[in-house]
Amino acid sequence: MKCEELLKMLNEYVDGTVDPAICEEFEKHMAGCNPCRVVVDNIRKTITLYKNGQPYELPVAFRSKLHATLREKWKAKHPVK
Amino acid sequence: MQRAKAGDLDAFDALTTRHERRVYSLAMRMLRQEQDAEDVTQQTFLSVVEHLDRFRGESSFTTWLLRIATHAALKIIRKRKGLDVVSLEEATEPTDHSDTIPHPEFIADWRQSPEQLVETREIQRLLDEALARLDEKHRVVFLLRDVEGLSIKETAEALGLSESNTKMRLLRARLQLREQLTKTLGDPATQLVRSHNHQH
Repeated sequence: MKCEELLKMLNEYVDGTVDPAICEEFEKHMAGCNPCRVVVDNIRKTITLYKNGQPYELPVAFRSKLHATLREKWKAKHPVK
Repeated sequence: MQRAKAGDLDAFDALTTRHERRVYSLAMRMLRQEQDAEDVTQQTFLSVVEHLDRFRGESSFTTWLLRIATHAALKIIRKRKGLDVVSLEEATEPTDHSDTIPHPEFIADWRQSPEQLVETREIQRLLDEALARLDEKHRVVFLLRDVEGLSIKETAEALGLSESNTKMRLLRARLQLREQLTKTLGDPATQLVRSHNHQH
């Protein structure tokens, strides 16, 4: 397996959806190719960092206004009988 | 959700509270501007008010919600660029002619693990800046797939793309983010040079 071929299959390998035979080729390549091993490690860490990132908090004033607006629209759409 | 669909206001309020940070965060990461992110969030939940009772449950509610938010954000980006606001199908540019995969240039082990990095004050700014450098068509795929956890199929459906196009955009996003982050987080002492003819 060439580095170029490994790059193309990177998504599948990192997501664990790659064919077992290709997975073996992948790991054989990385055992002898430090740059590819490091790139794959970097990618995994990149995804982890973003996945575990903090969500943004809604500004307090906006949140109040949002809920008030939505409640009004909801009541208009679902009038109490 | 069933109670909200039946018209229960408190249930709808709880549904909004459960999902609002997710929608707002997606909008902020796409748009990097508070007012625009607020507009997208409000539009998205107003759509929920309008359409929740017709929600057929074919895709999960979350996927549907994120699809609405994504399209609203992409519409704002196109407006910012001074492009015509075209139909939603065209806005996601289904044809991606770029077949090339960006080759990793700066390759080095990171000095700290993700667990250590999340403790640092700088990290959020770094992550946001790296994300902002991506073309929006790559950024949105990364946000939906890797940050929001949608499958490739759900991401493709949300954006009106083929699965193969979605995978290519995801790959480009991941590689570009890796490149950006490694320039700051990589240990120069461990920097490697990749041979272009390397084969095993």
